[in-house]
Amino acid sequence: MLKKRIAANLVVKDGVVVQSINFKKYLPVGKPTIAVEFLNQWGIDEIILTDISASKNKSEPNYQMVKLASTKCYVPLTVGGGITQIDQIKELMHCGADKISLNQSAIKNSTLITNAAKIFGDQCIVVSVDAVLENNTYKVFDYINNKTINESPAQLAKRAEDLGAGEILINSVDRDGGYRGYDIELINSICDIVKIPVICCGGAKNAKDFIEVFSKTKASAASAANFFHFTEHSVNITKANISKHINVRLDTFANYQDNTFDNSFRLKKKSDTELEEMLFIKIEKEVI
Amino acid sequence: MSNAQNIVIIDYGVGNTHSVSNAISFLGYKKLKISADVNTITDADVLVLPGVGAFDEAVKNLRDRHLEAILNEQVIIKKKPILGICVGMQMLASHSEENGIHQGLNWIEGTVKKLDLPSSFAVPHVGWNNVIVKKEEPLFTRNDLDSNFYFDHSYYFDCDSKYVSAYCDYGIKFTAAVQRENIFGVQFHPEKSQTNGLKLFRSFFNSIK
Repeated sequence: MLKKRIAANLVVKDGVVVQSINFKKYLPVGKPTIAVEFLNQWGIDEIILTDISASKNKSEPNYQMVKLASTKCYVPLTVGGGITQIDQIKELMHCGADKISLNQSAIKNSTLITNAAKIFGDQCIVVSVDAVLENNTYKVFDYINNKTINESPAQLAKRAEDLGAGEILINSVDRDGGYRGYDIELINSICDIVKIPVICCGGAKNAKDFIEVFSKTKASAASAANFFHFTEHSVNITKANISKHINVRLDTFANYQDNTFDNSFRLKKKSDTELEEMLFIKIEKEVI
Repeated sequence: MSNAQNIVIIDYGVGNTHSVSNAISFLGYKKLKISADVNTITDADVLVLPGVGAFDEAVKNLRDRHLEAILNEQVIIKKKPILGICVGMQMLASHSEENGIHQGLNWIEGTVKKLDLPSSFAVPHVGWNNVIVKKEEPLFTRNDLDSNFYFDHSYYFDCDSKYVSAYCDYGIKFTAAVQRENIFGVQFHPEKSQTNGLKLFRSFFNSIK
């Protein structure tokens, strides 16, 4: 059975992974290569690398960064930011990207979606939609011009699907970095209208939010950014909790299935006798 | 065999060659090249045909680089082992129905067809899914027989069950892996399937004498 995917969204600004809050405030986290390596080891299902400075600075995608980051990435890598031409997509694929994500092009240059899908296949093209709630209706947010446009996220998603997109990444700007949980209503508005897989993003605080979004929407994948950055083994610990309710992949050696958690899904300490016994267990590193 | 094989990843313009190379290098294979050069391909012990892209575009790129004749000689006459990945696997087929009818390499009889599924199944089929292994040797010897791998495709390879080494279930049961003599193919992306994918690569390269 197809498993629900847990993805990590790495927001990169001027070559540094940042913690983003409401698309306004940015706090530095570290190098993309290191973040990718750790997330990969912790059993993430997919990594989305979004360069938010490329389009703003009107520069090319940062190929060198993608090349370095992909070296330690043995899960799918989606790269977004600054993509305006087919040749750039070709170059990104050569640098180790598996999929590309289009945001500004979806708003302004829809032929790029169609042409890219024809050459690279629809499965390669993710269209990312940023949404805000304005006067009780959802609107598409154009982060370059810092204003909403007169199209609903659902309309844009449907248009992108018709143009040849293979996946929709729906991002709630209001929930971004707020730890208030996913915007279920927004995500459902997209899932109801498109047939292609939907990845949701924005607002995840802990395992409960992932379980909620998979129980209440048809989303294929849920992504989080900030939430994964600050705890050791954040991914496998979260997945251990999610897997009790939802079919997710839990293949890491440390799978935390026998651990207990508190109400905030934080790891509880094992009992002293258990810890004492563990002293005598030799854990061999798996050789492939 | 040790890590001394000459492995060549065929570069035909639209594959995710760097991703495949990263995964294989992780396993310690040093003589690994990404190339479309006839001499390099002739010197190879084993070939990998990666794939991301639409079928017609992939086949067209392969032919534009005059790789079809070279590959036919290496694989069909000299019997060099080859592993096709995703579209690389679909290209082993006789023909594909993606964006019109297009001829494949015709190494394994069969047709590449659109995943035509009930509306509850999103297409493309994206994500981690379990496979049902039919033939363990040589690709799946290190994997559990229901291991999960990363899939990302809208079309599948419809062929005779005698060529199928693994199936996958997504609304319909479709081909996840094929093999015929020295020709192997997987619909999923082992280079993007973490440990399970790395194990598959190891099994494949280790099986080559």
